[in-house]
Amino acid sequence: MSTSVAGVLAVALLVAALFVTYRPFGDHMYRVFTGSRHLRVERAIYRLTGVNPDAGQRWGVYARSVLAFSLVSVLLLYLLQRIQEHLPLNLGFGAVGPALAWNTAVSFMTNTNWQAYSGESTMGHTVQMTGLAVQNFVSAAVGISVAVAVVRGLARRRSPVATSAGSRDDLVGTGDEIGNFWVDLTRTVIRILLPVCVLAAIVLIAGGAIQNLHGNRVVSTLAGGHQAITGGPVASQEAIKEFGTNGGGFYNVNSAHPFENPTSWTNLFEIYLLLAIGFSLPRTFGRMVGDRRQGLAIVAVMAALALGSFAVNAAFQTAHHGTVPVAVGAATEGTETRFGVPDSALFASGTTLTSTGSVNSFHDSYTSLGGATLLVNMMLGEVAPGGTGSGLYGMLVLAVVTVFVAGLMIGRTPEYLGKKIGSREIKFASLYFLATPAIALLGTGIAMGLPGERAGMLNSGAHGLSEVLYAFTSAANNNGSAFGGLTVNTTWYNTALGLAMLFGRLLPMLLVLGMAGSFARQQPVPATAGTLPTHRPQFAGMLGAIAVIIVALTFFPALALGPLAEGIH
Amino acid sequence: MSTTTVIAAPGAAPRPGRGGPRRVGGGLLDPRQLGRSLPAALRKLDPRTLWRNPVMLIVEVGAAFTTVLAIADPSVFGWLITVWLWLTVVFANLAEAVAEGRGKAQAAALRRTRTDTIARRLTGWSPGQPAPTADAVAAPDAVVAPDAVAAAGGAGERVSVEEVPAPGLVRGDIVLVVAGEIIPGDGDVVEGIASVDESAITGESAPVIRESGGDRSSVTGGTKVLSDRIVVRITQQPGESFIDRMIGLVEGADRRRTPNEIALNILLAALTVIFLLAVATLQPLAIYTKAQQPAIPDSAALTSHGITGIVLASLLVCLIPTTIGALLSAIGIAGMDRLVQRNVLAMSGRAVEAAGDVNTLLLDKTGTITFGNRQARGFLPVAGVGEAVLADAAQLSSLADETPEGRSVVVFAKEHHGLRERSPGELRAATFVPFTAQTRMSGVDLADPDAGAAPETGVEVRRQIRKGAASAVITWVRQAGGTVPAELGEIVDGISAAGGTPLVVGEITGTAAAADTAAGAAAHARVLGVIQLADVVKSGMRERFDEMRRMGIRTVMITGDNPLTAKAIAEEAGVDDFLAEATPEDKLALIRAEQAGGKLVAMTGDGTNDAPALAQADVGVAMNTGTSAAKEAGNMVDLDSDPTKLIEIVEIGKQLLITRGALTTFSIANDVAKYFAIIPAMFAGVYGGLDSLNIMRLATPESAILSAVIFNALIIVVLIPLALRGVRYTPSSASALLSRNLSRYGLGGIIAPFVGIKIIDLLVQFIPGVG
Repeated sequence: MSTSVAGVLAVALLVAALFVTYRPFGDHMYRVFTGSRHLRVERAIYRLTGVNPDAGQRWGVYARSVLAFSLVSVLLLYLLQRIQEHLPLNLGFGAVGPALAWNTAVSFMTNTNWQAYSGESTMGHTVQMTGLAVQNFVSAAVGISVAVAVVRGLARRRSPVATSAGSRDDLVGTGDEIGNFWVDLTRTVIRILLPVCVLAAIVLIAGGAIQNLHGNRVVSTLAGGHQAITGGPVASQEAIKEFGTNGGGFYNVNSAHPFENPTSWTNLFEIYLLLAIGFSLPRTFGRMVGDRRQGLAIVAVMAALALGSFAVNAAFQTAHHGTVPVAVGAATEGTETRFGVPDSALFASGTTLTSTGSVNSFHDSYTSLGGATLLVNMMLGEVAPGGTGSGLYGMLVLAVVTVFVAGLMIGRTPEYLGKKIGSREIKFASLYFLATPAIALLGTGIAMGLPGERAGMLNSGAHGLSEVLYAFTSAANNNGSAFGGLTVNTTWYNTALGLAMLFGRLLPMLLVLGMAGSFARQQPVPATAGTLPTHRPQFAGMLGAIAVIIVALTFFPALALGPLAEGIH
Repeated sequence: MSTTTVIAAPGAAPRPGRGGPRRVGGGLLDPRQLGRSLPAALRKLDPRTLWRNPVMLIVEVGAAFTTVLAIADPSVFGWLITVWLWLTVVFANLAEAVAEGRGKAQAAALRRTRTDTIARRLTGWSPGQPAPTADAVAAPDAVVAPDAVAAAGGAGERVSVEEVPAPGLVRGDIVLVVAGEIIPGDGDVVEGIASVDESAITGESAPVIRESGGDRSSVTGGTKVLSDRIVVRITQQPGESFIDRMIGLVEGADRRRTPNEIALNILLAALTVIFLLAVATLQPLAIYTKAQQPAIPDSAALTSHGITGIVLASLLVCLIPTTIGALLSAIGIAGMDRLVQRNVLAMSGRAVEAAGDVNTLLLDKTGTITFGNRQARGFLPVAGVGEAVLADAAQLSSLADETPEGRSVVVFAKEHHGLRERSPGELRAATFVPFTAQTRMSGVDLADPDAGAAPETGVEVRRQIRKGAASAVITWVRQAGGTVPAELGEIVDGISAAGGTPLVVGEITGTAAAADTAAGAAAHARVLGVIQLADVVKSGMRERFDEMRRMGIRTVMITGDNPLTAKAIAEEAGVDDFLAEATPEDKLALIRAEQAGGKLVAMTGDGTNDAPALAQADVGVAMNTGTSAAKEAGNMVDLDSDPTKLIEIVEIGKQLLITRGALTTFSIANDVAKYFAIIPAMFAGVYGGLDSLNIMRLATPESAILSAVIFNALIIVVLIPLALRGVRYTPSSASALLSRNLSRYGLGGIIAPFVGIKIIDLLVQFIPGVG
């Protein structure tokens, strides 16, 4: 079986698996976020933290809760790294330096998992397990919570009659509340992330991933030399790394490491894990707004963008005109022979289309245009399907912008799901799609303007520019994958990329929550024959086109001087 | 539906119909208007005016920047770019100035009616007291002497008259207006009755009657009293009259931006910021790129200091949404203007926008859906009588009946039975019997043309035909000895049940004497049949309501009729729902119920008791013939008092939004081609591969950039007529509309600049220093 046939089969299998789980998994999440019952363990947590789980929050309170939680997360993570020398199981590693600790703390809190360090030579087990792994769970959960809150804002049907807390079948109150952040967070972790990750870790262990608390083991190699092999709780971390679209590897080489990703089928399994939540949340969205077709339209746009991007990427990787690629039939540099070019391309597409950022091959080594597609995946704002939750709310913002333009063209004040898009809503939506490109472009521009930071580039010319552009695009979009090549463990890059990640995460979240708050206040307008249908292929096509065109228009000049300059002959 | 206009748009040809029965169109654009508006466009270059339009302000800053650069380092290319950047701003201002100019000309004509008027203000006058006579006030500046007042009114109270200029009137002032004078301000007639020429505001030359009390008491400032004299209580504050508001609206002076316009502006500002960032951050990237390849010589676009300021400004201006930014306010002004051209006065742009969103339309039955009077719809003969006989008798009985019902019988007989209309004179010895409230019948007595004179007696055989209320005719026939068939009752009941009105036709034939006594043996009395009268639904209403349904608008018919009649008419007209025996309270309740479901409601009304409902409705269109209370409550006034205008208002509202959306899409889609022109022009020198992006094969980098800038400026001028006229709107489903506009303005927006830029490039490449 040639690698391309294997690649096609892998994609088919992946699509089939996502298709099969779309309904049950989406429905499960729907029940998680709309049920009124609390599990015993959840009640214990609420009692411990003093949260009233039946109180709804308005968007402002919800946003402040997100901010407070994020702040505490960053501080804790920073502290853990700074006192690592005093922690047990530190494998002999000392305290992490301030700049790197800040960068790493922000990186894991924001679900970016940009790693300016190598895991096996910097972080001990305690930091890995109590710091990084915990953030892997909660940062993913924060994203999902915000997405669900946004959907509640859109779905909200105000009822003038107040009902008692006991009779509600919905967590949402009767005003313009959009849920309770602490409840959403707790439920996501306990009912969605933990159960799946336990299962996934077992599957990965069965596939050959390791799970232990060993330190470094020095082994003798066949050639007679000595090599230190780091063991650790890899499989468990791997599961949430992919499922929570985190991407921070236990090892520096991430999912290219045989302990993290041993075989071709674990590779496929990991790709499935990192796409599962993103592709199932639209179902949850459809159920919550009471029209499953709305969810289908969103997931169709996501799938079309993802498949299209993968096809382009794979085409550039297999049909490149360079000397070596022509000789071996594909651009194999930087890929694992265990996976081959198509599976690497699939992983790379998956990881950049979501906010995962884990890698099983080295994006710096991709053909210039193949690398460009990975860049564009992130520039899309990671909406196909995007990070856990963030992909959905990103797509919903794009839908709002699309509806605004399309709605005007049918002669009505635009409305999405019965909610009017007025100046307040469009203000939030505009700032949202402005925020991340602004951070990415400003970061790249400043870095390229500073001679000292330019020196960090491994390559010169257009490729070097691509490395910096990739780094800031990845950070601003909370992807975390690295093009490689760029030396980023410097005070400047750690600080700048840390800021990019922080603002790239929190600004859009606050803006989208603000938009949800505006929507929640509105009484929905009933749909009529004059309403723009947002579940038809027509709208889905326009949504996809708007996503691509906005990105193309924003980033075309920068891309022209980076990968395009290199790739077009 | 009147097609007259208030005042024709200056320079515009007389509006040729409306291009189609229901196409919403607009005025034409005269090239001379562009020239006339140029001074205003130049005045608008003032940044203090321009700051309201952030997109164009950025263009102006860019133009100023390139001016400085062009002066410091003169080149043909630099100066050409500078000139065209300035032209871009001027063209944008021109669009707005042209839109405002059309309104200004209208306003000037309106203002003339306002300023010259002198009012006669009465003091000490109270209702019920006769106002001074016209003679008494004929003397200018006269305070009416006490004895004159006493002579006129006899009340002995002091009523003084003073002349004040119309703008000096305040609310509550009482003024006297006599025949031939202009009414000085909006108000209500408190005494008297007069015919008034309202053509100044409605364009309708036929005078209307205005009288105190009731629903026809309101008068508008600027209109002229033709006969009699009236006393008017002014209901406006100075400067807030109808005409003042009209002037303000058409001039665009007190134009506040509408919610949707604000939202769109925010989106455009965000896009502008994105492109600003994309262009600004490109500079360090370009400097780096150039530094990497020092061997490559500097070009007009890229030097070792990065992209030249002129090219950077050009790129920015080409990318930001200048097309829609330039035309946005013109679209809004032109939308209001189109309403004014249709003789509708909107109190705010917000209401016009809301009109496009209306979900439910409340329409009065009478005058809107039906002609407002009952008309013949059929002849239903009783057994043994031919339909033609009945038709003939019905026609004969109605020949002299000048009521609309009577006329309709004659017309119906002619149209459906081919009966020629006979003039009363050609009938032999005919005597017409008019309708009276006592007999409740009307008809004709005539010599029977078929029988002729009875040969044996020589006495003329006369035929009496009566039509009227069923009970009256039946009694009349029975008294003459005739019998009434049982089926008549069924026919009559059937017509009533269907919402119609039955008119029974009967006849008595016999000798004059016999007939007169109504008992003679020679007389033969019988019932012929029934004329079915019904409200006639205006033609085309059903199609119109079907269109509404496709647009997602629910139509509700409001009528004072009983539910049975209402139902029949509702079904015939094809409205979605009806409200029968409607009281003003019912209307208000219906509007509130619809709004509670999140719907937007539009309605028309004229009476004072409509005021609460008009105020509650999202779009309330008051008829100009209505009371001041109704006009105050609504947010639009239809000067033609044509209730079907509501449908046009909805279409104008939609058209306004569609035009904005279409031009926004067009503007953004244009950027694709501009990138393909400018990016290779800037960087193909450094990276040869990028030249393959130059798919238009533009001659030189300079010509490519210049062509893009010129296209960007010219497209504004090209689209000014579209912005003023509005994108054509034909009612159809949302999906069909979107598909059409997307392919036209989205796809067209991508393709057009490729063609346009290429053509411009073919020309500019011959300019030395560019080609």
